Amino acid sequence: MYDFTYHKPSDLNEAGQLLTNDEAKVVAGGMTLIPTLKQRLAQHSDLVDLSAIAELNGITQTDGVVRIGAMTTHSDVHHSELVRSSIPALADLAGQIGDVQVRNRGTIGGSIANADPAADYPAAVVGLGATVHTNQRDISADDFFTAMFETALGDGEIITAVSFPVPDKAGYAKFANPASRYAIVGVMVAHTQGETRVAVTGAAGSVFRASEMEQALADDFSAEAVRSIAVASDEFNSDIHASAEYRGHLVSVMAARAVMAAG
Amino acid sequence: MGDTGIGSAVTRREDYRFLTGQGKYTDDINLAHQTHAWIVRSPYAHANITGIDSSAAAAMPGVVAIYTSEDFAEVGGVPCGWEVTQKDGTPMNEPKHPILAEGRVRHVGDPVVLVIAETRDQARNAAEAIVVDYEELPAQIDMQAALADGATAIHDDVGSNLCFDWELGDQDATDAAFANAHHVAKLDLVNNRLVANAMEPRAAIGDYNPSSGDYTLYTTSQNPHVIRLLMGAFVLSIPEHKLRVYAPDVGGGFGSKIYHYAEEAMVTWAAGQLKRPVKWTAERSESFMSDAHGRDHVTHVELAMDENGTFLGLKCNTLANMGAYLSTFAPCVPTYLHATLLAGQYTTPAIHCEVKAVFTNTVPVDAYRGAGRPEATYLLERVVDVAAKEMNIDPAELRRRNFIQPDQFPYDTPVALTYDTGNYEVTLDQALAAADYAGFQARKDEAASRGKLRGIGIASYIEACGIAPSNVVGALGARAGLYEAATIRVNPTGSVTVLTGSHSHGQGHETTFSQVVSDMLGIDYDSIEIVHGDTDKVPFGMGTYGSRSIAVGGSAIYRSVEKIIAKAKKIAAHLLEADVADIEFENGEFKVKGTDKSTGFGDVALTAYVPHNYPLEELEPGLEETSFYDPANFTYPAGTYICEVEIDPETGVVDLVSFHASDDFGNVINPMIVEGQVHGGLAQGIGQALLENCVYDDQGQLLSGSYMDYCMPRADDLPSFSVDTTVTACTHNPLGVKGCGEAGAIGSPPAVINAIVNALSDYNVRHIDMPATPMKVWQAMSAGQA
Repeated sequence: MYDFTYHKPSDLNEAGQLLTNDEAKVVAGGMTLIPTLKQRLAQHSDLVDLSAIAELNGITQTDGVVRIGAMTTHSDVHHSELVRSSIPALADLAGQIGDVQVRNRGTIGGSIANADPAADYPAAVVGLGATVHTNQRDISADDFFTAMFETALGDGEIITAVSFPVPDKAGYAKFANPASRYAIVGVMVAHTQGETRVAVTGAAGSVFRASEMEQALADDFSAEAVRSIAVASDEFNSDIHASAEYRGHLVSVMAARAVMAAG
Repeated sequence: MGDTGIGSAVTRREDYRFLTGQGKYTDDINLAHQTHAWIVRSPYAHANITGIDSSAAAAMPGVVAIYTSEDFAEVGGVPCGWEVTQKDGTPMNEPKHPILAEGRVRHVGDPVVLVIAETRDQARNAAEAIVVDYEELPAQIDMQAALADGATAIHDDVGSNLCFDWELGDQDATDAAFANAHHVAKLDLVNNRLVANAMEPRAAIGDYNPSSGDYTLYTTSQNPHVIRLLMGAFVLSIPEHKLRVYAPDVGGGFGSKIYHYAEEAMVTWAAGQLKRPVKWTAERSESFMSDAHGRDHVTHVELAMDENGTFLGLKCNTLANMGAYLSTFAPCVPTYLHATLLAGQYTTPAIHCEVKAVFTNTVPVDAYRGAGRPEATYLLERVVDVAAKEMNIDPAELRRRNFIQPDQFPYDTPVALTYDTGNYEVTLDQALAAADYAGFQARKDEAASRGKLRGIGIASYIEACGIAPSNVVGALGARAGLYEAATIRVNPTGSVTVLTGSHSHGQGHETTFSQVVSDMLGIDYDSIEIVHGDTDKVPFGMGTYGSRSIAVGGSAIYRSVEKIIAKAKKIAAHLLEADVADIEFENGEFKVKGTDKSTGFGDVALTAYVPHNYPLEELEPGLEETSFYDPANFTYPAGTYICEVEIDPETGVVDLVSFHASDDFGNVINPMIVEGQVHGGLAQGIGQALLENCVYDDQGQLLSGSYMDYCMPRADDLPSFSVDTTVTACTHNPLGVKGCGEAGAIGSPPAVINAIVNALSDYNVRHIDMPATPMKVWQAMSAGQA
């Protein structure tokens, strides 16, 4: 990797100040950034490690909302009794990310800030209708992911937490890339306070909501309701593992399985 | 010899150092005043180099030297170790494989500039500052297209992209057999390209001692003497007595570390220029684009049968990808390690195989675990399954009907081999029983009740290990001998040092070879040390590949121990004042037949080195013997593998639910190590069948250049294997052993694909190419239903 200056601020203000330098980059879990740096695919003057900022870590629940600090690891979300009892689909999703090593280091804030089109968490954030909190504002899930590897985050803006309303029902089904374990297709379905959401990751350039499926599930929350709904796959990703057509097929299969998982 | 002798499941003595991180690999070695190399590699598959500007790089911090092909003008190209003679009697086309690209790059990863600096980062920084101008040429990736008229020739001096056009077998007899056939089963298939992916990436350190003129190369090699010979004699013109090649602990090879690579020559040559050590270690992404790849055949096969399913003839046409240059043993893989195996376990009387080897703008292809034999087994066992279905004969029964019978050995095949021994029906029956073949329908029905498609697949493979004898392989084009060497050095106090030309890079030789010596000499297993890998220590050996180590290297050890015993008996006879003919050696004791007089091995050893009471007029002191063992024939392990899969019809995901392997490896020295070798081979074969695929795009960019896209098998992709053996002892080596390293990778791919095709029998799926990814299975099901 190229040389950089490493910072480990202990509070959010200091982190924010360090990030006013546009050559600086946040390090959360580093599960994407560090390999990228090692391959010299990125160069940053400064790295700002958020791991010493205590307020960014931890899971709490108040008034039907589970709030997960941005620096909470996938492993902590997966094993959290609180998440498992309130939003088991979210704990299940976190347990399917990468491998044990990745789950022990990777964080929810890092994952959604990176906005990898094949990451799992974007499906949870959009599917569960979460709110992303930053050091500057709150961003609704539907506004957060803007394009492939792009989000609504501004310069120097740091994700502090993600709030998930506790759903009445939710389920996640993932078809993993056998090599990378990223999602070839991952579908989160949820029914929350009268609203039904179906969020699809992996299939397209960015996470998206499958509106036809949402309508079908609103009428009949069953696997059969979505199994035969074919999503338009013309614009889907296509690679050596899965063609756009196959991804389209998998969206229907995974949506049905997510509904079954939701119970 | 109790629980450490031949046949004992001794735990591996090398594991303590490996599992506690104390192995010493090439990259662990750091020499005083060492420099570091970084290699600028081609980003293009095919291009002319129109300019190289390294002026800025040369001025960067820490830069010691920058070399291009012009600096290597006096240095030879990377040699090829096997020359195939074409159908028309002319030699294969053998273009130069330069150490650094000479005006043209021919694959992504082709080395262009060598940068040497004080640190690795400095070398890399400087490498990034070097500007290479390229003029792109049309990339030849697809073999058919590369052979088409008008395709750009990758090597101007060859003129086309054909490396050789070769055949084996009697074409007329085969045509006649087909003319009389009741039925002909036909199949087109692809044997997918693989990357070996040894856990340890390749590394090399060149060192030069100006005061003595001695060179040392530390390298990740399966056969250091071969590297010394090739690099010393053909590339750098360093006489062998001035060149030491040392391959210390090596973290896996699977074939990819047999070959002499340009990087080895670069660092050795540069060390001589700079009078400083030069170290290079591959990045993982560099390994993907510079280690020799494996497989990559496209084949059409036809099998002719009579009305009973008796095989009458086999025709095979194969295109074999050589990549951009000829790697060390590339030409022998699709020829003498492939076509010669096409009889399999069967009495097929007429076989004809044609192979065209093709240059493409891809990484050179060479032997990878099995090397030619997996390709032969795959096409044969697939077409046998297709034949079984088309003839409506049970696949196990069809195989059984065509097996070579025990009383037919030694058996001459129509493709140049003589099998010494085997009993294929016994192995098949063991596998059928272990896999509960008869009970499959019930399991299929139960799976169907869960919505799963269950299938069963059989493959009966033959393999040929310990390629030999040297005079025969020489006549077939090998530019090396294929014996093995071993020295047994009995130390004065009775411990034993074994110097072997075999090289252990995961096989467990330190354990297995010690068991052989312990068993033969009746001495403590822990008093035996195995030394390998250093050309300054061990006799000239050919190394480890092709499952040859126990059959050839073990036999060399056996012969040397025999010589030790013969000499020790003479010494014992003197000590015991008896005739040597009356000396018996048993459990480490020399006894005079019919008396209670005896002396121990340790006393004899000490006497040999302190020869005060010794027949000096008749016998030299010392107790050290060397043998070079050149086998009379290959060995022929064989077996039957049975695989069961369950397919999720919604997604096409294949779940490998059970796998049974029955192998005949001849006598077994260490059953635990053998089982481990089978497990590893199965993992790689199943990896090929389901997961692994090396993919280039039309422009020759490597799409599967990292573990994000190249899928290695993981533990949770595999079932718990059931492994068993039968034994027919090899008739022509002293241990009766055959070799077990590659069998798993040879027999498993067709077993898996046969099981998948069997599971899809209701979907009109006749064949599916490897790897059978969920998408491919889903597509095949969709096409079959359409």
